[in-house]
Amino acid sequence: MANDTLLQVRDLRKYFDIKRGFFWGEAAKVHAVDGVSFDLTHGETLGLVGESGCGKSTTGRLILRLIEPTSGEVTFDHVPIFQADKAEMRRLRQRMQIIFQDPYSSLNPRMTVEQIVGEGIVIHKLCQTKAERRERVADLLQKVGLSPEQMNRYPHEFSGGQRQRVGIARALAVKPKLIIADEPISALDVSIQAQVINLLEDLQEQFDLTYLFIAHDLRVVEHISDRVAVMYLGQIVELADSQELYARPLHPYTEALLSAIPIPDPTTKRQRIILEGDPPSPIHPPQGCRFHTRCHKRFDRCDKEEPALREVAPRHWVSCHLY
Amino acid sequence: MRRGQATSGAAPLQGTHDIPHSAFRNPQSRRSGASPWQDAFRRLRRNGPAMLGLGILTAFVLAAVLAPWIAPYPFDRTNLRYGARPPSPTHLLGTDELGRDLFTRILYGARISFAVGILATLVSLTIGVAYGSIAGSAGGRADHLMMRVVDILYGLPFMFFVIILMVIFGRNILNLFVALGAVQWLTMARIVRGQVLSLKAREFVLSALAIGVSPARLLVRHVLPNALGPIVVYATLTVPAVMLEEAFLSFLGLGVQPPMASWGSLASEGSAAMESYPWLILFPGLALTVTLLALNFLGDGLRDALDPQMTAAR
Repeated sequence: MANDTLLQVRDLRKYFDIKRGFFWGEAAKVHAVDGVSFDLTHGETLGLVGESGCGKSTTGRLILRLIEPTSGEVTFDHVPIFQADKAEMRRLRQRMQIIFQDPYSSLNPRMTVEQIVGEGIVIHKLCQTKAERRERVADLLQKVGLSPEQMNRYPHEFSGGQRQRVGIARALAVKPKLIIADEPISALDVSIQAQVINLLEDLQEQFDLTYLFIAHDLRVVEHISDRVAVMYLGQIVELADSQELYARPLHPYTEALLSAIPIPDPTTKRQRIILEGDPPSPIHPPQGCRFHTRCHKRFDRCDKEEPALREVAPRHWVSCHLY
Repeated sequence: MRRGQATSGAAPLQGTHDIPHSAFRNPQSRRSGASPWQDAFRRLRRNGPAMLGLGILTAFVLAAVLAPWIAPYPFDRTNLRYGARPPSPTHLLGTDELGRDLFTRILYGARISFAVGILATLVSLTIGVAYGSIAGSAGGRADHLMMRVVDILYGLPFMFFVIILMVIFGRNILNLFVALGAVQWLTMARIVRGQVLSLKAREFVLSALAIGVSPARLLVRHVLPNALGPIVVYATLTVPAVMLEEAFLSFLGLGVQPPMASWGSLASEGSAAMESYPWLILFPGLALTVTLLALNFLGDGLRDALDPQMTAAR
């Protein structure tokens, strides 16, 4: 593992059981995350993009060990986190945080903003006195663009964008290195999305943060990410530097996604690739390449052999038989 | 009655309370930091029947607590020459067959009835919340097993169960509280477990986990406070249920023992002589009915005040 690698994910899998019998009995499995591997370098932002249900949020939660994996390994700052015991895990939690999508359900409605932001400080004993903690919370609120006078308020007194800022302050309170942003702006108004993105970028610079930025919108990710990974049915199908991916998408799925982004210029003509049908069920993922059922470039090999994720150009990884 | 006025005066004010967000308020009059509980209390205060119920209950509980001072006669003083008289200026609600003053008996009966109602509810609350939150937090097979146990207990005829408990542990009042509470906790456990399960999937609980909150703190700080609404509401509805059960047990002779009386045992005695002395069942029955109605009004009011969905709809 290279020295500036902060996070290493190797062959991560999570199968959820469904259809459990009364006590025992055969369970069907949802292949939510099915063999995901990538590295995160210190200070970079990796965008993780995919349709809903492709396993991108589950990947984020697995990395934080909010759910236990079926198999695979995640190494954070040279520590394999799935082997960590309770005390060690607690120490690790201080250094990796998460920002959630829905600002209405991600803040405890019975706690004041001060309690919400200050909780991590209490748990990790980052401040000695109550006054010191208050000051730190006030400082954090200011950093995310809220006023310190608002810290005695409850979440229901804030707007969606403000709540998201409270969520960001809560994540920052424990001085993390890695922040997993799980669709942090998808639930916000367009006018506020840009503000929150800019805030996240400023904070990254200020606190030397590494982001895993999960989104379902390629356009949003383009702006903030250094590299982008595209997920489909629990697997990464393409991973490349942001500019490279947008300029030269290799995987047919990425092509289709990019062609769906509206261009604000009615005179531009371009071919739009329409994907047929819905994504197949993750309970019974297709044989061979997972995308072959909807692919516009499929050929006879696609439904027999599963392609591996290979580096076909410098720093450009893709899993497709075409390359 | 101050509460009565507050009730009638509150209705026209409703429109002015419809702006919950401080953003819309005049900066000078900004009241920042109204907790969800304070908001709920404001809504409760505007609910007429609930405040009426609360007023009646307060009056009844006060009367019960102060019974030794306000009762006109000792509760067990008999006067055989003055037995079974209808209401009169000397005996407001009449006397029973042994010449005991019914008003006094009802005051003292209130003490037993309220004590049973409150204590048995506390017992059911303690067991139900503990059991339900353990099952909900544990999840998986442990949860499955614990809830099947509840299902099985549900299937037993509960009065039969109470009677067995009373027979085994003896017929004293304390056992009555415990026995009734021990039967009532099942629904509470189900409610709490359901709440815990749904709250566990909420993002603020996940983010607390991500911050490194211990399971105990998670339950106490994040899960239970948000489940408190339904718990409080169900508890207020448990009180009348328990009072009715105590009345029924007393009716069967398994409740309080003479010369002590509860509303249930008074009604039971009264029912024996219903045709000749109707006031003996009328007044204890009335006290019981009014209390149960008041508790139900209050419970409904609390449910409306604490339910966030109702807030959004208004």
